[in-house]
Amino acid sequence: MYDLIVIGGGPAGLAAACAAWEGGLRKILIVERDRELGGILNQCIHNGFGLHHFKEELTGPEYAGRFVKLLGETGVEVRLDTMVLEVTGHRQVHMVGKSTGYRVEEAKSIVLAMGCRERTRGAIAIPGTRPAGVFTAGAAQRYVNMEGWMPGKRVVILGSGDIGLIMARRMTLEGAKVLACVEVMPYSGGLNRNIVQCLHDYDIPLYLSHTVTDIRGRDRVEQVVVSQVDASRNPIPGTEMVFDCDTLLLSVGLIPENELTRQAGIEIDRRTNGAVVYENMETSLPGVFACGNVCHVHDLVDFVTAESQKAGAAAAAYVRGGGAAAPDRVLEVKNGDGVTYTVPQRIRPHRVDKLCGLFFRVNRVCGDSEILVKSGDTQIARFKREHLAPGEMERIDLPRALLDRAEGELTVSIREVEQ
Amino acid sequence: MYDVLIIGCGVTGAAAAFQLSKYRLKVGILERENDVALGTTKANSAILHAGYDPEPGTLMAKLNVRGVELARELCQKLDVPYHNCGSLVLAFSEEERPAVEELYRRGIENGVPGLRLLTGDEARALEPNLSGEVVAALHAPSAAICSPWEYCLALAETAVKNGVELHLSTAVTGLERTAEGWTVRTSSGEFQSRFVLNAAGVDAAIVHDLAAPHAFDIHPSRGQYYLLDKSEGGRVSRVIFQCPSKVGKGVLVAPTVHGNLIVGPDAERVEGNDTATTGDGLCFVRETARKSVPSVNFRESIRNFAGVRASTDRGDFILEESAPGFIDLAGICSPGLSAAPAIGEYAVELLQKAGLALERKDDFVCERRRTRFKELPPQERGALVEREPAFGRVICRCETITEGEILEALHGPIPPCSVDGVKRRVNAGMGRCQGGFCGPRVVDILARELHKSPGEIVQDQAGSWLLDRETKTNAEPNVGRDDLGAPLNSAHGGPSRPALQSTEGGASHV
Amino acid sequence: MKELICIVCPKGCHLKVDEEKGFAVTGNACPRGAEYGKLELTNPTRVVTSTVRCEGGAHPRCPVKTDRAVPKGKIADVMRALDTVSLTAPVRVGQVVLENVCGTGVDVVATRDLICP
Repeated sequence: MYDLIVIGGGPAGLAAACAAWEGGLRKILIVERDRELGGILNQCIHNGFGLHHFKEELTGPEYAGRFVKLLGETGVEVRLDTMVLEVTGHRQVHMVGKSTGYRVEEAKSIVLAMGCRERTRGAIAIPGTRPAGVFTAGAAQRYVNMEGWMPGKRVVILGSGDIGLIMARRMTLEGAKVLACVEVMPYSGGLNRNIVQCLHDYDIPLYLSHTVTDIRGRDRVEQVVVSQVDASRNPIPGTEMVFDCDTLLLSVGLIPENELTRQAGIEIDRRTNGAVVYENMETSLPGVFACGNVCHVHDLVDFVTAESQKAGAAAAAYVRGGGAAAPDRVLEVKNGDGVTYTVPQRIRPHRVDKLCGLFFRVNRVCGDSEILVKSGDTQIARFKREHLAPGEMERIDLPRALLDRAEGELTVSIREVEQ
Repeated sequence: MYDVLIIGCGVTGAAAAFQLSKYRLKVGILERENDVALGTTKANSAILHAGYDPEPGTLMAKLNVRGVELARELCQKLDVPYHNCGSLVLAFSEEERPAVEELYRRGIENGVPGLRLLTGDEARALEPNLSGEVVAALHAPSAAICSPWEYCLALAETAVKNGVELHLSTAVTGLERTAEGWTVRTSSGEFQSRFVLNAAGVDAAIVHDLAAPHAFDIHPSRGQYYLLDKSEGGRVSRVIFQCPSKVGKGVLVAPTVHGNLIVGPDAERVEGNDTATTGDGLCFVRETARKSVPSVNFRESIRNFAGVRASTDRGDFILEESAPGFIDLAGICSPGLSAAPAIGEYAVELLQKAGLALERKDDFVCERRRTRFKELPPQERGALVEREPAFGRVICRCETITEGEILEALHGPIPPCSVDGVKRRVNAGMGRCQGGFCGPRVVDILARELHKSPGEIVQDQAGSWLLDRETKTNAEPNVGRDDLGAPLNSAHGGPSRPALQSTEGGASHV
Repeated sequence: MKELICIVCPKGCHLKVDEEKGFAVTGNACPRGAEYGKLELTNPTRVVTSTVRCEGGAHPRCPVKTDRAVPKGKIADVMRALDTVSLTAPVRVGQVVLENVCGTGVDVVATRDLICP
């Protein structure tokens, strides 16, 4: 019987395991399906990681390497090349690996840290032929950065999420011609700094409010057609542009990978596509925690680390405390105007130490704004921001004292300040 | 000298090969693609129809009913995913009720077992997600679903195991009558055969015209589909049809044997092998399907595809000796998949009538098994991994497909040479991430096992290359060059300057 | 007056740089933003991240970066120079794989360990 099984050895799983070790747990197992720890960071060879956590700018592999080193100083057990097939409601974990065989392990607590997957062509129903040459940006990133193969010569990128932007620069530097980056929304889904240093630096055009409306070519992509879209995202006839290219990269969103979570009967938030979690990242199944991109999609790994440390520490506290505590007062966090989702979705005020961090995303680009937190009709907190965008996750910290006074529900909403 | 050469290895050609492999004959299959099942066989509704639809007395009627009867046993023996789920045909108004009743009468005449007319409420009791508009339905319990490409593969593999020679990447370019039979000219040389079967699908008319005077036209009819995630797989548990029209059986909603939901097809006449999907076609499919099952959630889409059906102006299968020793198995549109093994039997009869002597083999093997790791109980999984560690490495995480299963396919009677070839054999890449995760790993395994460079591995048919070149091979970085990626034609000018905010709309932050 | 998006950190501050007043920067949330604003208009630089060939490791490529930013105009030269590098495992993170790349005074270093599998 393990104290803790961590499913996934990417940034979330590594941070959670290290924090749980620090929290006093000694029988900890990380199960990782790949042949090495680090997860997707291993293929994110660009820099920009770690400014919050390490106070310096690291590449993805460096960031992962720091945590792998930390983990090496603990007694955490790691099983690589091992896939978890099922998590039961009784915290049994079924796993299979080439060298370890088929095993069922039991744990007092579990941290779900499986990360996310990329949305595909089928999910957004791009019409046209089905030739080779349509890749998700992440798959292309793996080919280029880890396997050392270029997936094409002339490239159009659909979606301006960070992976798409990063791949625009990467493919360009490796000698491909990136013809365009196409975004269906009127604003980019990625960080502004990435638009500057990945597109502007290399004169790659960004077409906002445009989408791919046709893919042509029998065996391999030969052309893609890009059209402008109206306010309801429908293509406008007559605006078609034809690009001669052999590759279409898709950076059209990430989906938390929650098949194991669903199977275990854990409650899922349909807006985050991740588990509904409490202030300490505990899911609806006591003793099972979720953190990182399996819980909600982050844009900064530093925030994944912070969230996962919280989950790891909470798992340690759970095991030390001998299991589930008595039920207590719960505040439901609701999405008000302008807010797409919040994590956590539920807060147990008396479990909050001093501050309760609350992550959320907005549904539109806003200038000078106020973030309002209400309990019923009473405003209990207000935060100012100069700029808010859906592509940038926001965080506010709610003091315990405020939460103690709140009743029933908390609503988080955005009010843009008139200029 | 072959006794019989079959042109085309879709489900029709494979079924003919399978039936012929029961006899002491030298049989070959010529397939222009690098794998079997690459035409209509891989892109259709995957339904084994009960047989109430074809007009009584036609070959379609006779062979459909016989075909699904054979399929039940064949799928079991050859380990083909098959589920006898039954089907419903819906009437949404009193005007449509006679059409459903007419199908019932036809079905009785065609010998379809177990048919029953239901009221709207009876239909909804069977399928709670059906529309409230349904006033009547025809229930056909003998309808089934299967994996069409695996069905074709299983028939072809069994034929190969019983001595049939399969020539892949061999396109027929000419046919010439000789004293003993036919010379077949192909992209990989000439073949001699006493008899030729034309199972060339959408191109059967072209092949026919190489051997005999023009006799029929094929009007390819394209059908577009949605394949939805397993989260939608339980939306219905039977095949749900609407009343058929002149162009086809209409848009259906059905479970698949892999646990997904399939929705489609529309029907549109196209030129040649045009399997592109269109925005309008997909929209039509969505809207029409919602008439039957309003709650289908198309946000769970994982793939769209289209297939072409080899419709002809005759309204029936064209199964006949069109020149001495040259037999057409043409115009195999729906219910071609259902009828396939019966078409195979019929082809054998036609060959016999044309003078082919048949002598049964006593060592005919009608058996096939493949390992399906996901379906094994935990103890058996453990034992398997202990015996063969490759079954412990999960390659496709969405479908839980192991390296062992891929290796097994690579050592099978018809080994795959492409990523999609692996997919059709073991389901790797069929799931919700559509190969995003396992694609590079499958390329890796194919390259290793086939002793090729990753750059030589194709997605599917020849020419569908995946990787261009290795990095670090002195390619010039595309930095600071002037040739901006201008689109070929642009309705509104050339590429705009890179912008954080659209220049056309809204406040700019730059 | 020039408007820029700061790329120093993910925050992406909207900077205004006044060329006429000694490249005075406003809109920055930290001193690094002021530094970036001035540099971007006088001598723009970037850290280059890429890969080099590696024999005998768990992967055929090893990720690398310039250990400081190099002038933007040198990026293509740095990329060409990386084509000539081939490492042999084991490689350690931080190991210099190319010294003083293209005369910039900047070293290219490995950004991960690559050990023999």
